[in-house]
Amino acid sequence: MGNLVGIFVSAMLVNNFTFSYFLGLCPFMGVSARVATAFRMGMANIFVLVITSLSAWLLNSFILGAAPYLRLISFIVVIASVVQIVEMTIKKFSRKLFRDLGMFLPLITTNCAILYLAIFQTNRGYGFVEGLFFAVGAGAGLMLALVLMASIRQEIEFSNVHRFARGTALVFIIAGILSLAFMGFAGLMSST
Amino acid sequence: MGLCPALAVTNTVANSLAMGLATFFVLCGSSLLVSSLKRFIPEAVRLSTYVLIIATFVTVADMMMEATVPAVHKALGAFVYLIVVNCMILSRQEAFASKRPTGRALLDAIGTGSGFILALLLMGTVREVVGYGTFLGVALFGADYQEWTVMILPPGGFLTIGVILVAFNWLGSHKAGEQSTPGLSSLPHTEQTG
Repeated sequence: MGNLVGIFVSAMLVNNFTFSYFLGLCPFMGVSARVATAFRMGMANIFVLVITSLSAWLLNSFILGAAPYLRLISFIVVIASVVQIVEMTIKKFSRKLFRDLGMFLPLITTNCAILYLAIFQTNRGYGFVEGLFFAVGAGAGLMLALVLMASIRQEIEFSNVHRFARGTALVFIIAGILSLAFMGFAGLMSST
Repeated sequence: MGLCPALAVTNTVANSLAMGLATFFVLCGSSLLVSSLKRFIPEAVRLSTYVLIIATFVTVADMMMEATVPAVHKALGAFVYLIVVNCMILSRQEAFASKRPTGRALLDAIGTGSGFILALLLMGTVREVVGYGTFLGVALFGADYQEWTVMILPPGGFLTIGVILVAFNWLGSHKAGEQSTPGLSSLPHTEQTG
């Protein structure tokens, strides 16, 4: 159990995907202007990550043993199609859920964080339950990063930023400072 | 931008160069293949086909690096795989290689790829020189240099790209300023004619 909590905390805080691996930066730049949107994007992220973890585990344990060099190709194809199927299912059964979550799904599939999760999980040799904890932790970490960034950006709208630093440059510099702050969490892991 | 996954590996010049070359190889290979197969790729599944072609070349690049430079391959880790989701490569296929003859597609890929290598090298040079006080492993400042360890770590990557972007904005506005000087002097003139 301690191991599972360790995986969760490590994925969420200590090795936060956005701040220590630069993953999922595209939505980080794109959707982090409003807190509400960032929150919904985060939820959709967790959802896709869990699906990814499940598919990667299935592929690894039942199919790819015979042909490890096809790993990358099959991950991409399977994850993209599974997410597509889930998106269509949600659209069919719940319009409201689709509006809240569904429209982010195709965007997320092309996100580097998703592919990295599948590969990382394989390299670490995580089992089914470990993979699940890892996926939810990583998703929570991405959501935390998105919501933090969105709140800071909402505040910044009212301040006077020099014109050279406006936009992407400023987001990167703020991300750097947040990333510095997140490095403090490294102490958590050595004590547990 | 296409920089997202590449940012993580630009902490030394050697790693940046390796990542840049791998991306260059994938870009050229897939542009060549996409533009020569463009007659046979059905319109409806073209994007998935491009992704498959790119993924194939990434696998080849990964295996080649593992065989030739195992140390660098280990340092880059899973980030080589992430070349697949580099939006720049896919957008070149969709916007250019799928519509032009093979030779021009290859030229375009070489141009874009070289630009990407240069951008990565710029990041890698700044971070290695400031962070380790070395360039490609050669010490620059002597033994007394106090290393900026933070530049090697992830925050350094964010800060470096942020500062580089500010610098580019500044340079860009400088150029625009030079051009707008005659524009400004002609402004009263246009008002008079208006």
